[in-house]
Amino acid sequence: MTALVLDGVTKRYGATTAVEAVDLTIPDGTLVCLLGPSGCGKTTLMRMIAGLEAPSAGEIRMGSETITRVPVHKRGFGMVFQSLALFPHLSVGDNIAYPLRLRGESRGTIEARVRELLDLVQLPGVEGRAITQLSGGQRQRVAIARALAVAPRLFLLDEPLSALDAKLREAMQVELRLLQERLGITTIVVTHDQREAMTMADQVVVMRGGRVLQMDRPIEVYRRPATPFVADFLGQTNLLQARREDGGARLASGAFLPDLALPSDTALLSIRPEDVILLPEGEGPIAAEVEFVRDMGSAVEIYLRAGEARIVAHREAGAAVAPTGARVSLGIRPGASSVFPAEAA
Amino acid sequence: MSAAPSRPSGGQAALVFPGLMLGAFFVVPFGLMIAVSFFQRVQGGFYEPVLTGANYARFLSLFFGEILLFSLGLSALVALVCLLVGAPFTYLLARLPRRAQVPWLVALLAILSLSEVIIGFSWSTLLSRTAGVSNLLVALGLMASPTAFTPSFAAVLLGMTYQALPYCVLVLYPSFSRLDPSLGEAAQTLGASPARAFLTVILPALRGALAATFVVVFVFALGSYLLPQLLGRPQHWTLSVLITDQAIYQSNMPFAAAMAVFLVLASLLLVSLAALFGAKRAGNAA
Repeated sequence: MTALVLDGVTKRYGATTAVEAVDLTIPDGTLVCLLGPSGCGKTTLMRMIAGLEAPSAGEIRMGSETITRVPVHKRGFGMVFQSLALFPHLSVGDNIAYPLRLRGESRGTIEARVRELLDLVQLPGVEGRAITQLSGGQRQRVAIARALAVAPRLFLLDEPLSALDAKLREAMQVELRLLQERLGITTIVVTHDQREAMTMADQVVVMRGGRVLQMDRPIEVYRRPATPFVADFLGQTNLLQARREDGGARLASGAFLPDLALPSDTALLSIRPEDVILLPEGEGPIAAEVEFVRDMGSAVEIYLRAGEARIVAHREAGAAVAPTGARVSLGIRPGASSVFPAEAA
Repeated sequence: MSAAPSRPSGGQAALVFPGLMLGAFFVVPFGLMIAVSFFQRVQGGFYEPVLTGANYARFLSLFFGEILLFSLGLSALVALVCLLVGAPFTYLLARLPRRAQVPWLVALLAILSLSEVIIGFSWSTLLSRTAGVSNLLVALGLMASPTAFTPSFAAVLLGMTYQALPYCVLVLYPSFSRLDPSLGEAAQTLGASPARAFLTVILPALRGALAATFVVVFVFALGSYLLPQLLGRPQHWTLSVLITDQAIYQSNMPFAAAMAVFLVLASLLLVSLAALFGAKRAGNAA
């Protein structure tokens, strides 16, 4: 099959620009997450890909075919809406059969396909039920089955799991990813949940203010964020102000970090909690005080204060941790911090 | 758990007041009306409690049967026109931003504050030859000479539709504004053209609300007795007009009561048919 290409896609509503000149290539068979806070333009971008909104400028191509002006119902994409948009007057089976009937498939083909799809989403035997008789997770599966009914060229999901409780959501993320890998279908997921993106995506597209800030593999975005915003949005991080000095960098708290070269006179450091090293007092460059310890069982989170700055450190489960109020020193795992010139903040 | 046993009795106590009100203001008067409908009229007087079926026998003549059919037909037509105008209007209204909806809803509610008399005279002026809209059409060169559009059946239909439209919109509004806007979009992503998505998804999802609104407007229109007289010819008069005429001007209470009972029975029959239609569709979905 073929890649989806966005070329300078822009959407303006009057004076406001929702999506600004987005260039993206989504390779065949991959799962891409559009990730960003609400209002960043990720949903508008997906609606333009689906054909529900017309771009103000730019072009959308599927392989060699330009689809910018192709109406929604002729694109042949499957989409799962945030509200799921299951048809309340139709049974589960009729919901899934809806696109098949529009195609004029025979009754026997439709029945077989509905059964096959319900097996695929692990919900066999519920054809005859009303939508209202299903739980939230079951409705989710029906919406996915319906969107996949006609084997779409592109599978779009708009915040598909946001209505589910945390535990079910995590399970569905894994399941959805396995399903996508099995079908090998090109998929785009809109989400504001960074864990969801980390779990499912081959590629994460981080957006803010209608622009794409970074597109890369999730772990690359996590390890090498393009901006402080990306660092903060994808996972937890400590953002610290620093000044350039001879042979290193000085933090706002007064601590001096040798061997840390800054690209400009002032800069912002991003240090992941797992890269913060806790040392006995006086043995590390940053003096700090333990403010709060959150022992989650599976890991320990330590909240520290270093001058004006708050720093979060993570330890593995069961690690011995200094008590609240204890004075400690902090170090940073060599090479683990990301440095941004101050103007990029 | 201690509160549980008291709940049913509390619930029943709460029903006493509405029950009394319903009894005092509906069951008793309606019972009286049924009783009176079997009484005998006294010429030049009121009526005497002698049981007779004559009132119903008189009503079952062709003349009154035709009027009953005309009244039911007119009301059904008013309800249909209201839905044809009101449903698209409400659909678009519910999709406007909240702030833009308010002036429209206020304007609609303002119509409710107009009495039937004012509405009737306003329309009869607007549709008249001397001061009506036909003069405007003549000035625009669309008509040769001013024409009176009233009295006519169309004028009756127009006036009654105007009067019932706010009720139609207000009954439709809650379910239309609750309708998930992505239903139609979902149908389109599944391969339905916009028109097909509307017919196969949006309309069926709103069927219950449309049926309920039809019933409300139908019953409302059935009670209208001023507009047919103000805007129509005598052959456009509804059963409600004749009931008023018999009760007030002819002082024939027993006959008026018999006609009223008949009207209630006929409309009850139609309302339950409509409810059955709505419930059957809902049952199909379940």
